[in-house]
Amino acid sequence: MWPFIKKEFFHIFRDFRSMLILFGMPVAQVLLFGFAITTDIKDVSIAILDNSKDNVSREISNKLVSSGYFILNSNLSSNNEIEAAFKRGDIKEVVVFENDFAQKLQREGVANIQLIIDASEPNTANMINAYTSGIINSYSLELMKKQGKIPISIITEPKMLYNSGLRSVFMFVPGVITILLMLVSAMMTSISITREKEVGTMEAILVSPLKPIQIILGKVAPYVLLSFINLIVILLLSAFVFDMPIRGSIVLLLVESILFIVMALALGILISSVSKSQQQAMLLSMFALLLPTILLSGFIFPIENMPYALQLVSHVMPSKWFIIIVKNIMLKGVGIGYFWKETLILLAMTVFFILMSVKKFKTRLE
Amino acid sequence: MKDDDHIIVVENLVKKFGSFVANDNLNFFVKRGEIFGFLGANGAGKTTAIKILSGLSKPSSGKANVAGFDVGRQSEKVKRNIGYMSQRFSLYDDLTVKENFRFYGGIYGLSAKAIKQKTAHLLQKLDMLDYKDMLLSKIPLGWKQKLAFSVAVMHDPAVVFLDEPTGGVDPITRRQFWELIYDKASEGTTIFVTTHYMDEAEYCERVSIMSEGRIEALDTPSNLKKKYRVNTMDEVFVRIARSDT
Amino acid sequence: MRTILYILQKEFIQVFRDKTMLPIIFVVPIVQLLILSYTATFEIKNIDLVVVDHDKSVVSAKIVSKFSGSAFFNFKGVVDSYEEGENSLRNDYADQVIVVEPGFERNLQLEKQAHIQVVTNAINGSAASLMSAYSISIIADFNREIIVDAFPLANIELPISTQPNFWYNPELNYMTFMVPGILVLLVTIIGMFLSGMNLVKEKEIGTIEQINVTPIKKYQFIAGKLLPFWVIANIDLAIGLLMAYLVFQIPVVGSLPLLFGVASVYLVAILSIGLFISTMTNTIQQSMFISWFFLVVFILMSGLFTPIESMPNWAQDLNYINPVAYFIKINRMIMLKGSGFTDFARDFYLLLIYAVSVLSFAIFRYKKRI
Repeated sequence: MWPFIKKEFFHIFRDFRSMLILFGMPVAQVLLFGFAITTDIKDVSIAILDNSKDNVSREISNKLVSSGYFILNSNLSSNNEIEAAFKRGDIKEVVVFENDFAQKLQREGVANIQLIIDASEPNTANMINAYTSGIINSYSLELMKKQGKIPISIITEPKMLYNSGLRSVFMFVPGVITILLMLVSAMMTSISITREKEVGTMEAILVSPLKPIQIILGKVAPYVLLSFINLIVILLLSAFVFDMPIRGSIVLLLVESILFIVMALALGILISSVSKSQQQAMLLSMFALLLPTILLSGFIFPIENMPYALQLVSHVMPSKWFIIIVKNIMLKGVGIGYFWKETLILLAMTVFFILMSVKKFKTRLE
Repeated sequence: MKDDDHIIVVENLVKKFGSFVANDNLNFFVKRGEIFGFLGANGAGKTTAIKILSGLSKPSSGKANVAGFDVGRQSEKVKRNIGYMSQRFSLYDDLTVKENFRFYGGIYGLSAKAIKQKTAHLLQKLDMLDYKDMLLSKIPLGWKQKLAFSVAVMHDPAVVFLDEPTGGVDPITRRQFWELIYDKASEGTTIFVTTHYMDEAEYCERVSIMSEGRIEALDTPSNLKKKYRVNTMDEVFVRIARSDT
Repeated sequence: MRTILYILQKEFIQVFRDKTMLPIIFVVPIVQLLILSYTATFEIKNIDLVVVDHDKSVVSAKIVSKFSGSAFFNFKGVVDSYEEGENSLRNDYADQVIVVEPGFERNLQLEKQAHIQVVTNAINGSAASLMSAYSISIIADFNREIIVDAFPLANIELPISTQPNFWYNPELNYMTFMVPGILVLLVTIIGMFLSGMNLVKEKEIGTIEQINVTPIKKYQFIAGKLLPFWVIANIDLAIGLLMAYLVFQIPVVGSLPLLFGVASVYLVAILSIGLFISTMTNTIQQSMFISWFFLVVFILMSGLFTPIESMPNWAQDLNYINPVAYFIKINRMIMLKGSGFTDFARDFYLLLIYAVSVLSFAIFRYKKRI
């Protein structure tokens, strides 16, 4: 069986493009997610329409611009310019000070600032609103203190657990690991087995004295190793480049990963036994495995906000359970007591897929 | 030297792939209207030469002139005057017979009327008029090869290059295929054909035999048999191939 | 020109005859639009909340009822110790824990100041900051109420009031934001895969050689290959826009012809990238993998899911060569804000230059001779 495994390795390593996909993709994705993709709000371009142009309005404007959240894009001079400024698409908010702002504040004790926010993206709009009004409110409070009116205040202390820097990498790395193990283990195996079928070399192997189980093991062994190397590469990258911690047991993480890899390989074999051509295997893996993994596993989009029907579908996604496990180990640092249920589900799925693929593989031989 | 009767003239043609010499200094000519057999073992360099002559591949050095045009500098003009049928099947499986004719006719710039006439004429010759709306995938291999030949000569080229046109075809269909070739040659079209079947070599007016990138022999089949004092082209071929090793 | 027509005719026949391609071209995008629009949302609703009430006073009870009455929160109960609270975060029972300090009410009365801790599971950083912002604003509201309660006559209010005004999407509906982006995504995927697969398929079955030996011009061939998918992708876009209007009630605020004009240029760029990849590869599998790789990078960087301005400068600069980013930006502008041509002229010209260059690359890279 050893020469057979060696042959598989040659196939993979000789094809430069496969190598690019196997190792370039994960590295590129982790780097992208780590460096480029952030969901945090900073450097939001705003415009200010100061109808009053007095000391107070200027002071508040300065406070906004120096907060680090906002960049002053332009000063508008009339209401008519607001719409055009938004349509050009380079600002997200216009802060409008009413006429005689400081005077009203002094005489009537109340003055008004209007925040016009581009709400195309609702979350950003909400955050912009929260940040802007937060800055203005704290200015208000200071003003009250200066006037000697000491109000009753509840001080809120936000505390962010598990990811205090609110880094997007922390959120994405478990998902990238999952997608990658899926890609390498399920997609690559299914394609490689169908290729042997297409080219006709599968028959030559099947007539050899190797047992079916040996053939399957020989086919999948290189991919187990590749997946494992990939996993290690991603973990090292996220640890050393992005300071992502592994707070729980690393051994447990590796064991759970192997469980997931085995599950994905069984899926790959299953796909290869139902598809006739490489192209079919590829389309099946893409639409039946990768897309659902990306969309319905909670990798990027939170499952609990989806319609109920889709939430039900997400339960049969092995990746959903694996991502929960990985987040638990890496970020929350908890032990198996907190995710034995998920592990059990994953285990049951693995056994199911192995049985299915062995059955399919056998019927094809007969 | 450049005789009007010589439709293909090859002088000192060399093609290298890195350090590997696929065509080593070829020199030969083909007469107008001739059926020229281009023989050689697998890997002898036949396909490389045919690709250069049909403008698919550039020569490393030397000159080749096809239908009055230089294949190095005027390959697009060469293409206008030749037909080509490759080893690999070249028609579209998911188009019907008629659609394949229309497509290739259109690419060669035939008018819609000419395409219609040609298609009808060629299919009639093949006795396949009833199959004109059938998908190519439903048609047996031997027939497909005949169709591919008809498509390759549809625009009445001066020269037709056939690269192992009868590979994998049964003996009866091969015979019919050669009848098509003769028929076309009788209209004055030059046929340049490579083959592995030595009985087919006998059908050619002149044959060249390649080995390891060089032309080892070039003459009429009967002269070659005389020269090597054997009875069949098969034996000629074995002699030449053996003298190499 | 006639030659191109013959190629077009052939390509269209082939596409419409293929029983597996038709559903991929016309059904898959619709399914994608429907599923993606429902799944691809960062909307936050139903924050699972647990309160740790160390004070057990009238005021703390009021705070609890504030949260349990809010539509954003899914109130899961009050626990006694911080340990219990954190544990509910650990086993995903709650997303957020509000901790009211011991002696909260007394501190508020005597020292005019008291503390509340808002602890959030921050693995999803952006959701966490939003959840945190919601809680803080609820507590701030409550703060205002107790000020008014405490000094009913003093008319004490924050002197400066702010009024938010949400434009272009006043209901703050996430789908309104996502659907225009998803439309771009699906014409991109279909265009890139179709064109990426097509040329290399002719290589695999061997017909490309027969084409190369004909006197066809390179530009004729590429045009013949490009146009069918250009038409198909435009039809897909039209279907998608119709679906967006009928199913999600998202009309095109701006000009429809303008939208299709930009889309046409964009599609030339995308299809040319696909053809370019196709000329570089020898098998469908290779071409698929490379297309997939570029698509993933393009889409992640495009601002479809995450704001571009939050990216570091080098990543924003990289988007100059990302066609998807241009079109998502322009499409959102036209569909949601009704922007006109002058509003995005610069982006459009860049996209145009881009399309022309990739197209020339593809024509240049397609070699009739080896």
